Amino acid sequence: MIWNEKAECMSRDERMQLQGERLKKVLERVYFNCEPYRKRMQEAGVMPGDINTIEDIVKLPFTSKKDLRDYYPLGLLSSPMSEIVRVHASSGTTGKPIVVGYTRNDLSIWKEVGARCLSAYGLGKNDVVQVSYGYGLFTGGLGAHGAVETIGGTVVPMSSGNTEKQILMMHDLGVKALCCTPSYALHLAECIERSGIPRSEFQLKVGIFGAEPWTEEMRREIEHRLGIKAYDIYGLTEIMGPGVGYECNLQHGTHLNEDHFYPEIINPETGEHVKPGEKGELVFTTLTKEGMPLIRFRTRDLTYLNYDKCECGRTLVRMAKIMGRTDDMLIIRGVNVFPSQIESVILETAEFEPHFFITVDRVNNTDTFEIKVEVKEQYYTDDINGMIKLQKLLAHKIQSVVGLQPTIRLVEPRSLQRSEGKEKRVLDKRVFNN
Amino acid sequence: MKVKQLSVFLENKTGRLNDVTKILAKANINMRAFSVADSSDFGILRMLVDDTEKAKEELRNNGFAVSVTDIIGIKMANKPGTLNKILDILAEAKVYIEYMYAYSDSDKAITAIKPDDMEKAIKVIEENHITTL
Repeated sequence: MIWNEKAECMSRDERMQLQGERLKKVLERVYFNCEPYRKRMQEAGVMPGDINTIEDIVKLPFTSKKDLRDYYPLGLLSSPMSEIVRVHASSGTTGKPIVVGYTRNDLSIWKEVGARCLSAYGLGKNDVVQVSYGYGLFTGGLGAHGAVETIGGTVVPMSSGNTEKQILMMHDLGVKALCCTPSYALHLAECIERSGIPRSEFQLKVGIFGAEPWTEEMRREIEHRLGIKAYDIYGLTEIMGPGVGYECNLQHGTHLNEDHFYPEIINPETGEHVKPGEKGELVFTTLTKEGMPLIRFRTRDLTYLNYDKCECGRTLVRMAKIMGRTDDMLIIRGVNVFPSQIESVILETAEFEPHFFITVDRVNNTDTFEIKVEVKEQYYTDDINGMIKLQKLLAHKIQSVVGLQPTIRLVEPRSLQRSEGKEKRVLDKRVFNN
Repeated sequence: MKVKQLSVFLENKTGRLNDVTKILAKANINMRAFSVADSSDFGILRMLVDDTEKAKEELRNNGFAVSVTDIIGIKMANKPGTLNKILDILAEAKVYIEYMYAYSDSDKAITAIKPDDMEKAIKVIEENHITTL
């Protein structure tokens, strides 16, 4: 079902017109209300009046994650504090978190885009949705919560953790859709398998997963283990939270709500637009936000865009799955390695569980590259040569994909940490040694 | 003749073997024979116990990866030359031994053998009237 047909299906020309008008408005807001933005635009020699169409956006300077840290906590607000009704913050694994402020209108836009997502997944007012994203500063919990209430569904506000209770509620309340990180979905699947409750006793049909990059292989694994259809929900704290984009039932990319969040793809080194369909860094401009609008915010997520009209009827641009981030890329012995590549290989190899942990270190001036993996229970045998063969098989497969041979360490079942939120799968010890 | 053997996957870290023996002790399970095969970072503990099903269950409940394999248990006199005689018979019949381990107790010795071809090994053992468990 399409929640807002006018917004989601309007012609490209009509939308570009709308985007241009909204861009002008948001630029006026930041220029007159946010000093750092005013200064930066003056330095770049561009005034709000110089921007007339959405294509003029390239004249504007970028905003980076560093800017958000430099103006911590709320230096980039474009509305007075009296208008801010809520704050959220990113998990902030390095340094200070990033704090964002929302006005009442921002929250209603968030609910609107969230409702578009849930409708696209086929959910409506008769459905029970379990939100197992963390509630709190993280945008996931409250963001998804607002979306479920907007479509009139029944929300089960579980937050993350307490897996046994999650399964109990899911079972007893006839939950139809689960919303959490893909890694937590796998953890839940594993716990359900171990609980011995037959899958037929669950009503679960739909998975709504986001907040960390995941691959097609991981999607298939989750769908297979939970017996559901798994959809991507895209969002980032700086821009809004979950609801920036969603997959329709055709699942040929993630539709971006570009009437509110304008996407561009740039070459991360030059800052120039790449050719249409080419991969690069995703950049967002919030066209309607009041609390903390961001202009040309560099997400560091790597992807590409497809502007063809989707068969679902929506004209909203589609984004390919995030292929990694410019900042989670590991450079090992000079080779670029993305954890998502490792994940794909492991998921394609039937003998292994979909959990892994990468450790990179430097010993005698050489980088070491180790991956811990669990073998699926039925593949642990009495045959040591067979086990060593499994190790070699995986090492070779990974080498053929990333161009670097890892040391594979087989570990005992369920010994790798299962996360309840965003999964931490990399330890780069080199950072501490320097 | 066929005996159920338990194999437990163990990471090479201090105390891991103790965890296994502790669980078995608590469940009052007696180990009759065992061996450890190891690579650089993991090992496989293979053992014969008096209650295979119970041991398997207890270990699995404690998170260990356990598999059950059929092996052949051969019983022989504990004196020089008996094992050699049996191995000669198997070698002559071209039964390949993937691994084996043994224990002896006063006048008897027991050898656990994992042959590559179980049916063939059983046939050879029967034809040669070798005593088994």
